[in-house]
Parts: sequence; structure tokens; C-alpha cells
Amino acid sequence: MKQRLQAFDIINIVVLLIVSVACLYPFVYMLAVSLSDKIAIAKGEVWLWPVNFNLDNYRYVFEDGRVMKGYRNTILYVVLGTSTSLILTALGAYALSKKTMVFQKQIMLMIVFTMFFGGGMIPTFLVVKSLGLVNTIWAMVLPGAIGTWNLLIMRTFFSGLPSELEESGKIDGLSEIGIFFRIVLPLSKPVLATIGLYYAVGIWNNFMGPLLYLRSQSLFPLQVFLRNIVLSGELMNGEASASSDLQIVGDALKFATILVSTLPILCVYPFIQKYFVKGALIGSVKG
Amino acid sequence: MPSSRNTLARRIARDKYLLLLVLPCVLYYIVFKYVPIFGIVIAFKNYSLFKGVWASDWVGLRYFKMFIEGPDFWPIIRNTFLLGLYRLVFGFPAPIILALLLNEVRQAFFKRFVQTVSYLPHFISNVVVAGIAVMFLSPTTGLVNQIIGALGFDRITFMVEPSWFRTIYISTDIWQHIGWGTIIYLAALTAIDPVLYEAARIDGASRWRQLIHITLPGIVPAIMIILLLDIGKILEVGFEKVYLLATPVTYSTADIISTYVYRVGLSHGNYSLATAVDLFTGIISFLFVITANTISKKLSEHSIW
Repeated sequence: MKQRLQAFDIINIVVLLIVSVACLYPFVYMLAVSLSDKIAIAKGEVWLWPVNFNLDNYRYVFEDGRVMKGYRNTILYVVLGTSTSLILTALGAYALSKKTMVFQKQIMLMIVFTMFFGGGMIPTFLVVKSLGLVNTIWAMVLPGAIGTWNLLIMRTFFSGLPSELEESGKIDGLSEIGIFFRIVLPLSKPVLATIGLYYAVGIWNNFMGPLLYLRSQSLFPLQVFLRNIVLSGELMNGEASASSDLQIVGDALKFATILVSTLPILCVYPFIQKYFVKGALIGSVKG
Repeated sequence: MPSSRNTLARRIARDKYLLLLVLPCVLYYIVFKYVPIFGIVIAFKNYSLFKGVWASDWVGLRYFKMFIEGPDFWPIIRNTFLLGLYRLVFGFPAPIILALLLNEVRQAFFKRFVQTVSYLPHFISNVVVAGIAVMFLSPTTGLVNQIIGALGFDRITFMVEPSWFRTIYISTDIWQHIGWGTIIYLAALTAIDPVLYEAARIDGASRWRQLIHITLPGIVPAIMIILLLDIGKILEVGFEKVYLLATPVTYSTADIISTYVYRVGLSHGNYSLATAVDLFTGIISFLFVITANTISKKLSEHSIW
């Protein structure tokens, strides 16, 4: 009996190790290739650890203006978009958490309905266009400003706050707006962090938005440049100067580009993971 | 009636600050969600840029007919449906299996490590995922083909073979979401009463039998709800990854509703036809959600509303 239990555990651990390796290995491989010498890559010697370590590929990536420009734009959109989204979502979610509010049911119905049916790509595009937002920063901020799921998560959180706190605010003569800013918001840092991170990652990774709404290069976020370099094969500066093994150099450069643009998420992810999970759990309990 | 109008006015006056707080949110939904819903009328009109949405001429169902009778109709519907179906068949059980395996791990540190690592791909952008797939599958320098070559087989040109598209899409999808999908099941697993396991152990049940008779039934409600939501979403195949992975040579399997709508509408400028296609499939998709829910209500007590 004991023997069988151990076999069960060992198989389980092996399977889970394979899953972990499958999730991590692509990043390890890309890191190794992008840090290696091109001759070693061509010989197929690189698969786990950099061979003849050098930073040339990263130098090319940073010398090529596009990645840096994309970075600047993406950071701008993330900061502006996340703050706009958080403010709109928190204000709406707080008011809607008050079940006695007039029109509360009607507004909730109106919001939930959009989860099942929407205008679709073209009518939305026409609205964004007629508002004059196409090819402006605001096209990256406003059309997706409120995520209905995020709004519902926040509303669940606000309805769970003890009502005594707000009563005490009322006794002190605060209006609902005062209660919200002075009492509720300071107590809501965890949910604000969680939802803020969801919005930030969503904006950082958004590709369809800029594809639909942006035209000029100077506004492109990182993901669009990344697509152009990695998938559409636009050349990098470094490639033009490289002579023989064009494709090898190209691959290593592309890996470096991918890693540079994913780095912020890879670096902060282990520390903020628990916030993401918390959000997923609040959402699922509600859903 | 005047009394009820009075109370309504009084309630509005009482909640004026709350209404002020919710106002920007309501405006957002009206402008970016409901105005586009009314904009769907262009599916029934010959939309002209100069005349605008309202002044364009009515053409009735001309664009619906054009789409349904056109050569693209069946391929597009079939591709979207099959991609959604395969995602359901392979992508839905994957997180359940992983959650059950994680649940059997006794070493807390190892469990946390696997969880952290497997959630990671969920936060990687579709551009990066498509980029990694294309580079790893490259016939000349890609890692996968290097291995295939080293084993003595012929290299495969994955990205230009229509027959490989669905496999690539589904496997990258599982890679992205398997870990994240376990969260809800792991939460459901913690709710199972430990006394049940103790009783089973006293009765001499092996761990495999405990898994089948206690653990699995314990998460059936969660499984049912997620299955229901996933069936409803079968036609909602995301635009980004398909658009990024597809090339004109693979359109015979890779062209789906959303990429078709994008191409017809924004690249070719036929807004009315694109909107008609979108509306047609939007209605089918809506019916899917309702049917899935009704069936599930009949079969069990699980439903999403």
C-alpha cells in the first residue's frame, strides 16, 4: 500500500514538473539565445545557457529607436489609462453597491446586458471616429475605460464593507461623496491594487485597440512595434550591418526584443501575483 | 400617480450625490456601448461616409443575403465554430486535471511554485505568444524543427500549412490559460470537508478512489458553471491571436468571423457588410448562451442566472 502511494506522488510530481518546464522554458531559451554569440547559435549549441555571453543583441534593440518609442507610448497609455479606468470604475461601483439607490436596478441591468450583446467592431469604430478620437492618445484610454467584470468585482467588494463605518461618516456630516473619498477609498487599497493591475496589464498587452484606432507611428505602443519586428519581419538596424547568418542574427534579435518588452511583467509578476489571484477569486465567487 | 412621482423626485433628491458618482460610468456605457448598438442599423443600410449613419439609404437585408449566399459564409462559420469547439474539448478539461494534480501535492512549497509558474503565461501578450510560436516553429531555425530534424524526420512548415493552424492555436491557448484556469477549481477544492477524506481512509479507500469519489464530486458545481460559460462563448474566439497567427495561405482554416469582419470592414471599407456579418453571428452567439443555460437548468440546478 505504502509503495503505491509513493508511486502516485512521484508520477504527480513529475507531471507537474513537466508543466512548469513547459511554462518557463520558452523564456529561458529566448534569454540564452539572445545573450549568445551567433556562431554558437548557428552550431545549435545554445539551448539552456548562453554561450560566449555578449550583450550585442540588446545594444541593437536599444539603439533601434522603435522599441524605446514604443516603451514611452505604452507607459504613457498605461499610466493615463489605468488612472482613468480606476476612477470611473470605483465611482460607479461604489454608487451601484448601494442597493437602495434610485435607478440602481435599471443601471445594473443596462451594464450587465452589455456583457451579452454589443455593437461590434465596426459600429464601435465609427463612434470612436466620430468623436474625433482616432489617432489620438484618448483612443487608447476611453473606448475600453470600464471593464464590466472589474466593475462587478469592485461592487462586490464595496457591498462587503461594514455599513457602520459609513453611518459614522454620516453622523459627522459627510455627504456620500465625502464618505467615499475619506472613508471608503482608504479602506479599499487591496481591491484598487488588484483592479488597477488588471487594467494596467490589459493596456500593456492591448494590440487590437491600436490596430483599430492608431495610424501614425509616433503613437504606436510597444505591442504594435513588436508585431512589426517579430511577426511582419521589419528589419532592425543591427540586421542590416550583419553579414552572413542573417536569419540567426535576426532570431536572436527578435528574442531580445520580445524579452525587453515582456521584462516589466516578468520582473514584477512574482510579487504581485497574489493580487491577481485575489481578484480572480472575488470575481468567481460573484460569478 | 402624483404621489409616486413625488417619491421618485424625493428619492432622486436624496441620492443626488450617488447619482453624481455613477454619472460618468453611465455616460461611458451609453457612449461606448449603447450608441454602437444603435449603430448596428448600418447593417441594414448602404453606409456612405459622406451621408453618415442616419442619412444613408436603407437596403433591408441585402448585406445579410450577400454574406449568406457568398462563398465565404460556410468556411468562416465552420472555422470559427471548430476553433471554439476544439478549444472547449481540449482547453476546458486541462485546468481541471491540473487542479486535481495540484491538490494531491503534499509539499506546500512545490505546490506554490507550480502555481506561480503556470499562472505566468496568462499575463503575456498575444503578440508575444504568437511571436514565440512563430519563432519556435520556424522551419529553418526554430527549436521544434531542430528537434524534429535531429530525430531524423522531415521538417514541417507549420505556419503555412492550413492543417496545422488549429493545433497551434489550441496548444498556445492551453499554454496561456491552463494555470490561471485552475484558480476557481482550487478554491472549490478547499471547500471540501476534510472529514470526508478521513472517513474514506478509515474505510481503506486508496488515494485514487478518494480522488474519484470525494474530490471530483466536490468540484462538480464549479465544473458545471465553467462548462456552461465556455459553451456560451464557443463562437467568441478572440481576434488578436488568430489575426497574428494567420497568413493568407492558411485562411482556409484560420479565417474566423472577427478577422473577416476586420478585413471586410476596416481594410476594404465595406462597413455595412462587416456589421451585418457581426450582427448575424452575434445573434447566433447570444442564442448559444441562452440554449446552454436552458439545457443546464433542465438537467441540473446549475445556471448562470
